[in-house]
Amino acid sequence: MSEDFPTDFAAPSSGSAPQDGTRRSFMKQAGGLLGLALAPPLLSQAERLTAFSKTVEGVTTLQLKVNGTVRSLQAEPRVSLLDALREYLDLTGTKKGCDHGQCGACTVLVDGRRINSCLSLAVMNQGKEITTIEGLMKGEELHPMQEAFLKHDGFQCGYCTPGQIMSGVACVKEGHATTDDQCREWMSGNLCRCGAYPNIVAAVREVAGKA
Amino acid sequence: MRKTRRRNIKITISLAHYFTTDKMNNFSYTQAATAKEATGIRKDKADAAYIAGGTTLLDLMKAHLEEHSQLVDINALPFRGIEQTKDGLRIGAMERMSDVGENALVLQQYPAVSESLLLAASPQLRNMASIGGNMLQRTRCGYFRDAAFPCNKRVPGSGCPAIAGDNHNLAILGTSDACIATAYPGDLSVALAAFDAVLTLENAKGKQRRVPVTEFYLLPGKTPQKETVLEPGELIVAVTIPAAPHAQRSTYLKVRERSSYAYALASAAVGLDVQAGTIRSARVALGGVGAQPWRSSEAEKVLTGAPATEATFRAAAAAALRGAQPYKENAFKVELAQNTLVQALLKVAG
Amino acid sequence: MDTAEPSFFETNPKAGSVGQPLSRVDGRDKVTGKARYSAEYNSLPGLVHAVLKTSDVAKGRITGFDTSAALKQPGVLAILTHQNLPKLAKTPNDPEGKKAIGAPMGFLPLTSDQIHYAGQPVAVVVADTLERAQYAAALVRVQVTAEKPLASYEDPQAKLFDPEKVQDGKTPGHTVRGNPQAAFAAAPVQLTHKYDHAINHHNPMEPGSTTAHWEAADRLTVYESTQGVTRTQKALSTMLGLAAEQVRVVTKYIGGGFGCKGSTWPHTILTVQAAKAVGRPVKLALTRQQQFTSMGHREDQTQTLKVGASKDGKLLALIHEKTSTTSLWDNYAEPNSRIINLLYACPAFESSYQLARANVMTSTFTRAPGEAPGSFAIECSMDDLAYQLGIDPLEIRLRNHADKDPTNGKPWSSKSLKQCYARGAELFGWSKRNPKNGQTRDGRLLVGWGMATASYPVHNNQGTARVRLYADGHALVQTGATDLGTGTYTVMTQVAADSLWLTPDKVRFELGDTKLPTAPNSGGSVAAGTVSSSIYMAAQEVWQKLIKLAVKDPKSPLYRAQVAEVMVDNGRLMLKANKSKGEDFAALMKRNEMADVEGNGNGKYGAGYESGLAPGPASSGHQDDQAGHSMHSFGAHFCEVKVDPELGTVRVTRWVSVHAAGRILNAKTARSQIIGGSIFGIGAALMEATSRDPNYARYTNASLADYHIPVNADIPAMTVEFIDEHDPYINAMGVKGIGEISMVGVSAAVANAVFHATGKRVRSLPITPDKILAAKEVQV
Repeated sequence: MSEDFPTDFAAPSSGSAPQDGTRRSFMKQAGGLLGLALAPPLLSQAERLTAFSKTVEGVTTLQLKVNGTVRSLQAEPRVSLLDALREYLDLTGTKKGCDHGQCGACTVLVDGRRINSCLSLAVMNQGKEITTIEGLMKGEELHPMQEAFLKHDGFQCGYCTPGQIMSGVACVKEGHATTDDQCREWMSGNLCRCGAYPNIVAAVREVAGKA
Repeated sequence: MRKTRRRNIKITISLAHYFTTDKMNNFSYTQAATAKEATGIRKDKADAAYIAGGTTLLDLMKAHLEEHSQLVDINALPFRGIEQTKDGLRIGAMERMSDVGENALVLQQYPAVSESLLLAASPQLRNMASIGGNMLQRTRCGYFRDAAFPCNKRVPGSGCPAIAGDNHNLAILGTSDACIATAYPGDLSVALAAFDAVLTLENAKGKQRRVPVTEFYLLPGKTPQKETVLEPGELIVAVTIPAAPHAQRSTYLKVRERSSYAYALASAAVGLDVQAGTIRSARVALGGVGAQPWRSSEAEKVLTGAPATEATFRAAAAAALRGAQPYKENAFKVELAQNTLVQALLKVAG
Repeated sequence: MDTAEPSFFETNPKAGSVGQPLSRVDGRDKVTGKARYSAEYNSLPGLVHAVLKTSDVAKGRITGFDTSAALKQPGVLAILTHQNLPKLAKTPNDPEGKKAIGAPMGFLPLTSDQIHYAGQPVAVVVADTLERAQYAAALVRVQVTAEKPLASYEDPQAKLFDPEKVQDGKTPGHTVRGNPQAAFAAAPVQLTHKYDHAINHHNPMEPGSTTAHWEAADRLTVYESTQGVTRTQKALSTMLGLAAEQVRVVTKYIGGGFGCKGSTWPHTILTVQAAKAVGRPVKLALTRQQQFTSMGHREDQTQTLKVGASKDGKLLALIHEKTSTTSLWDNYAEPNSRIINLLYACPAFESSYQLARANVMTSTFTRAPGEAPGSFAIECSMDDLAYQLGIDPLEIRLRNHADKDPTNGKPWSSKSLKQCYARGAELFGWSKRNPKNGQTRDGRLLVGWGMATASYPVHNNQGTARVRLYADGHALVQTGATDLGTGTYTVMTQVAADSLWLTPDKVRFELGDTKLPTAPNSGGSVAAGTVSSSIYMAAQEVWQKLIKLAVKDPKSPLYRAQVAEVMVDNGRLMLKANKSKGEDFAALMKRNEMADVEGNGNGKYGAGYESGLAPGPASSGHQDDQAGHSMHSFGAHFCEVKVDPELGTVRVTRWVSVHAAGRILNAKTARSQIIGGSIFGIGAALMEATSRDPNYARYTNASLADYHIPVNADIPAMTVEFIDEHDPYINAMGVKGIGEISMVGVSAAVANAVFHATGKRVRSLPITPDKILAAKEVQV
């Protein structure tokens, strides 16, 4: 991905950005005020440490590069990457199943590695490449892992599915889907209560076979 | 089912009910560029905490088990690298579990260490969690994990309901009347304890000291809230594992209630140097059964110089568990830990 | 069957899309993250967040709140407690209110200062962001006078009682058929065993969540993670004192339910009240820990089953007792006895329920409620009987095969259990089974095979649907059903496509909204049969309207024909007697300048269909006995386990399930559902247990790290097949449900395989390593 800066600096549509101040000021300002957010300056990876304010306190502007686009949000440092995606950027494809790193529904890729976004702070992920389920498609074309999940019925309710698919993409890339058993073990960080496991293995293995 | 019978014990109920929901206080966040900067912040602010992967700290903070006014991000610190030194393999504390677990040198020289990492948690968590952070995991005891319960580890003096309650996953070795938790619920430190690994720690003055993993963890005694020898503000810089034939011929066996993504009911990190059927040297540590990672010199004594046979292994296992103090629901761990140890030894004896 | 209503068998003797393994039509939204679940309607104007503050203690009285610190937090909009929450028109706190609401629990938190269970909500905190709401909730101090709670029926202080009825009055507390005590006493073979079942939690991946939006002072829309929008609408409108049409409930996607989302639980009305209080849309998602104390559970229970049999293994008497924990207000127990009464030919049967009240919330239906734990008892006992008499476990089941329903003597509407046994045994290789246990090894591991029978009733129900066929050859099909991941979106698209002779891509199917025609809750395996029949019937009305149009249209080849003489095939209206005379529906509609034609249909499922009685909006199971036939799905599970005798670990290594459940609407999604139910059962068999502290009556492992549900590595490749079954008695589509039966018998099949592997009979679920190590071997 290029370091080019984004044309998209739209406000979160949820209007849930917090204000430091009284309730009244929030009530008055709620909705649309972030539309004024300006594009941040161009940064290189090396400048990251110094470019972002070293100590962050209260509500500040954070910038997250999600699916190739830098997005700005007004948030406190305690906001997890997961909540930043879901509640501030309206990227609700990434799911919250436990909020404690115990289910894998929140799996996203950060700099190409799969992680649980519930146990990472948004503020720590500035300057990194974050890929969510919304970023897998090329235009209208599904990613092969998405196709394989459809074909093999690798889900039922669909709630763990984005996490499974992101995990599956990483699993193949890591080289951990070379046998069924290996795939089962390395996909075990994603719980599925509907019990789609055999179909998930079929999907991930098929993509691994084509990779 | 974990059936626990009611006992007539006094129930202490605090009136300040803190527990509610996943939450975090509104801390500030600082990226530290150097160790000096990081420790400097901690020196000024006692309730600040370091954050690396976040998988332990944020979990604890969300559950209101810890609260910190400031988080100091230490990911930029140069505590990196996996390199051969004269003292053994040196692993930077900021290296991630997944990278260390799959590192060729670790795989070759310390199979048990690699296995302990790759049998832990999930691929996602292993990608996040640092080696230093892993060593600072806290117990899965349900009474510690839920602030609605009394817990001497969390609130010293409040009591230990686990003793009369649900203790099936708690410790049988090294416990005290104050606490019967397996304070470290993880895997890596069990393997590190077995193979004489040494931690390098650095304090606010920039001074480094070396502490063997076996001395890093403290037994609960009367102060279960104090779990390690780490001083306030002190950083884990690296862990060094000495090279040894018994480390090269080693394994980590983990028994869980499901096949993956679960904490150990019992585990064993073992290494043997066997020559002509006789054990020249042996290393044994148990997980899931000790108040802390449980190095067993008793088992090692039985093994050293003895023939590498199942009879020897069973004798060693019996020695390892001789001091066990089981509770109502975890008595099975005495047998399970022995069997786990025997199976692990059989595997490395091959 | 002689029914006045059309049936799919007659109009569509050759199914088109129905039955085919069509990929899920909602799949693209699910694999791209576009599917919006109930806590994801972020674009509602001014949406804010609510969180529950819950009680630490299980029993006590709230004496006060200190909200000062919480209110100082920025962004906090409201802190609601029993002290300031406006009164509801009705609450479930009295039996009449409970019934009117359809509430699962006869107690609503925040209506008084009483604390009756740990995790009970005591306050709702609303703030502009989730983080602020969560932290403010933590800062709310609740002053409580705590008392010592009761944790379960096992507490020595617990008082056991014999309820007249259990399960909200649906099941009698005591049932006798024949002369069971005498028959047991006289039986040459007698077995008496106790079976324990741990507390289980449904733990859908999506925790319960609600987004409430008051669009006007008297108009509410709720986006709810529920298995039934209509039931939720009824509950909310009744509690609020509004007319049903003033409350709209929307559930487009739901992240699993398994029973816990089948009712309206306290957090939903509390969110609605919070939204009213702050005058803005409010969303609330339970935390995972709160999920354990917010939407019910499968209760802790002990069953005692006495089996009397002849020496050749024929059952003579079954006597079943169940003891379990219930809440302070409700007599809830899963109806375990139902399957024990029904599964085998046995002339004498008795069942009784005992309950004890404790400081717990009310338990609720959990996948295959009653059938799952009940089958554990009967199917392990059948296995014991087989071993004791030296008869193959499959053979002993055949010897006791019930050719008619033993509970009422009625013939089965269809039963293909013998075929399920035979095909399952063939796929599994059962004939190669070593008759002795503890004999087969794979290296260090002990290998064992087990099997069990599955059955689940066709519960009487009904629903409606609307079909609009357009002249250009596409259709809009609507019903207020939900898709829990069961495949409703997909199979209903297929049914509509066939009923209208379109391809599935020409059908747009909408569900999950009370604005649509009323469908039943997705639960009790009623959805597939009821909703598909409704859609089919709605399509028939479309065709009837078109036929009536054609016979009156001078330009139609069917002009002046009798309506009854006209049939439809492949979208073409034609004379039955002269099929060359007719025309395509599109030509007819275009000529008459009709853009579309709409039909409404009422689909009946189960007894109401056969008897022709209007079943009314009966809850699941009501009036099942009104029909001439007894209606059930049947199946068999075959399981191989490998047990580590030293470490006590059990792994399922092979699995075969064969079921007969009438018409299978989609081979792919049906297979997935059977696999899913089997995995749910494997979880209950091997690892799932919520531990409630005996002194504090509070769970000690309310997390997904400590409450183990199966992971991928626990599950082998699985083989699933269906036996073709033609059942004309059950509904217009010939469909039985499969959501529940997939789990029935699973824990017994696993336990039986463990016994075969080890000679250790573990009668306490889950079968964890400690129990394997502790159990004694019995070589047979």
